[in-house]
Amino acid sequence: MADRAMIEIQSVSKYYGIYKALDAVSLSISEGEFFSLLGPSGCGKTTLLRSIAGFETPTEGEILIDGVPSVDLPPNRRPTNMVFQNYAIFPHLDVSENVAYGLKRLRLSAEEERKRVADALDQVRLSGLGKRKAHELSGGQRQRVALARALVMRPKVLLLDEPLSALDKKLREEMQVELRMLQKAVGITFVLVTHDQYEALALSDRIAVMFGGRIAQIATPKEIYQRPRTKKVADFLGGMNFLTAKVLGERDDAVSVDAARFGAVNLDKPQGFAAANGEVTIGIRPERLRLLWDDDRAPHELAGRIENRAYFGEVTHLMIGVDGLEQPLSMVETNNYGADDLPIGAEIRLAYDPDAFVLLAEDPPVSRV
Amino acid sequence: MSLLTRRLAFLPWLPAYVAVYFLFLYLPILLIPIFSFNNAATTTFPLAGFTTKWYGTLAGNGAMLEAARNSLVVGVCVALLSTTLGICAARAITRYRFRGQRAAAGLIMAPLFLPEIIVAVSLLMIVLALGLQLSLLTVILGQTVFCVPYAMSVLVSGFEGFDRSLEEASYDLGETALGTFRRVTLPVVAPAIVSSLLVTFTISLDEFILAFFLSGTEPTLPVYIWGQLRFAAKLPGVLALGTIMIAASILMLTLAEILRRRAESRTRIALTPT
Repeated sequence: MADRAMIEIQSVSKYYGIYKALDAVSLSISEGEFFSLLGPSGCGKTTLLRSIAGFETPTEGEILIDGVPSVDLPPNRRPTNMVFQNYAIFPHLDVSENVAYGLKRLRLSAEEERKRVADALDQVRLSGLGKRKAHELSGGQRQRVALARALVMRPKVLLLDEPLSALDKKLREEMQVELRMLQKAVGITFVLVTHDQYEALALSDRIAVMFGGRIAQIATPKEIYQRPRTKKVADFLGGMNFLTAKVLGERDDAVSVDAARFGAVNLDKPQGFAAANGEVTIGIRPERLRLLWDDDRAPHELAGRIENRAYFGEVTHLMIGVDGLEQPLSMVETNNYGADDLPIGAEIRLAYDPDAFVLLAEDPPVSRV
Repeated sequence: MSLLTRRLAFLPWLPAYVAVYFLFLYLPILLIPIFSFNNAATTTFPLAGFTTKWYGTLAGNGAMLEAARNSLVVGVCVALLSTTLGICAARAITRYRFRGQRAAAGLIMAPLFLPEIIVAVSLLMIVLALGLQLSLLTVILGQTVFCVPYAMSVLVSGFEGFDRSLEEASYDLGETALGTFRRVTLPVVAPAIVSSLLVTFTISLDEFILAFFLSGTEPTLPVYIWGQLRFAAKLPGVLALGTIMIAASILMLTLAEILRRRAESRTRIALTPT
């Protein structure tokens, strides 16, 4: 991945009346990067994407696209193309005509245009369907048409607005793989908006998690999942057991806390760390807890009892009550060893790794006005 | 079950009922073209032989041609006016969400369910109170009030689902606002607009009550026909004229329905991912 910035968002704010859709958002997306904007609905991710496309004009701030200040450029004069959530396939045109729509203005030779359309259809594996009308296509095929129609323009940035949300689960997973392969093949910068954390984790080079019109964290999928900065980021990215812990001491780069029944735990100290009245929130992901069977021994063990369980096919979700903990612990166990057969009320032991805990900052209060 | 009831159950009651139903509905209308080609001045069986002379008499009938011209002028004006108003209303109803939306839509549709003669009388009272002369203009205004609901219901079904994202996709692909209107907006909604024009023109062409009350000394075709019915000798000519009007109406409404369905399937299919 090249490190040259393709998109630079500089303190962009967007107000609708007194409602703040975007609150001083800044971020930089590299050339060739697959970047995702992830957050719940209403977090501002779509407004940000539409600002890059030119459909929204920020109230404040600047957006550089390939170095060009762009907030005052209309969508038809930006080197970006978009795949719309509902695909927006032109209903009166067939597949080829849809794909050729933007090329018409470039006044290419008939031969050149035909070739570029054919290449684009080939790229999204729709060769031979050029004469089909929109109503003769399946959801997945319409999505490919929308992709081809945008890619044929050879944009510097491809913008994708929840492109997979209308597809059923199986097709969505197939398209995720395909989208990732396509991005690697064409090497174009992709910016994806999604509310599906697994989609963002599976596809992206980097993810920006947004809440309340602000960026909460920007990081690689692995980092954002394993080292979420705040409680809300941790919660949005998947299951998390939250615990309140007393600060025992701090050094330059580490904090030591008393994590109740988990004992003393050492944690990486985040920038700007400040404990409110000596207490902090720490978290551990459910899959970092492990059941111990029979004579299994682990350096760090805890006894508990099963309070609830839910069968998910390949895994079982367990709620474990532990004396001295306010909340039961949530954990995920693969069904290889019979976790799905454990009765509610069973006494169990679980193992944990103290290094798996993360220190979570308080989220800033959300204010949209 | 007794043998009798079983027998009765096997009789094709439903198809028979449907056949009688359609006969009752369309036989009287079928008689009009039949007698219009009948070589006799009276409308009685047996038929006296084939002729097209009644159609010939129409061509030389100045008063009738004048009425036809009036109907054409009124029809075209009503179609344009009510479709223009219908476009505004349909766009507002389908594109925006606003306070009183349902009430507004209901009030626009209401003239459909009011007794036409009451609407006609009330319009006549207003026209007279305002001191206006009865003319084709008053017919046009009256029929427009009556046609807007038809225009709107045709247009709403064509506009529904016409999402802004189609226009946005066009801008995004490099097209200008004008180019987008020409290449996307117009082609997608055009069938609905043409369909609305055809429907409202047809309604205006056949409309009698409003035209009768509001037309003054310039009759439209239905008003002219009404006047002719007093003279038995004129009946075959009226039948010929009626046949032409029926044919024109059926043709235009069929075309309108084809276009409306096309417009509807286009917008709907484009915007509902499976």
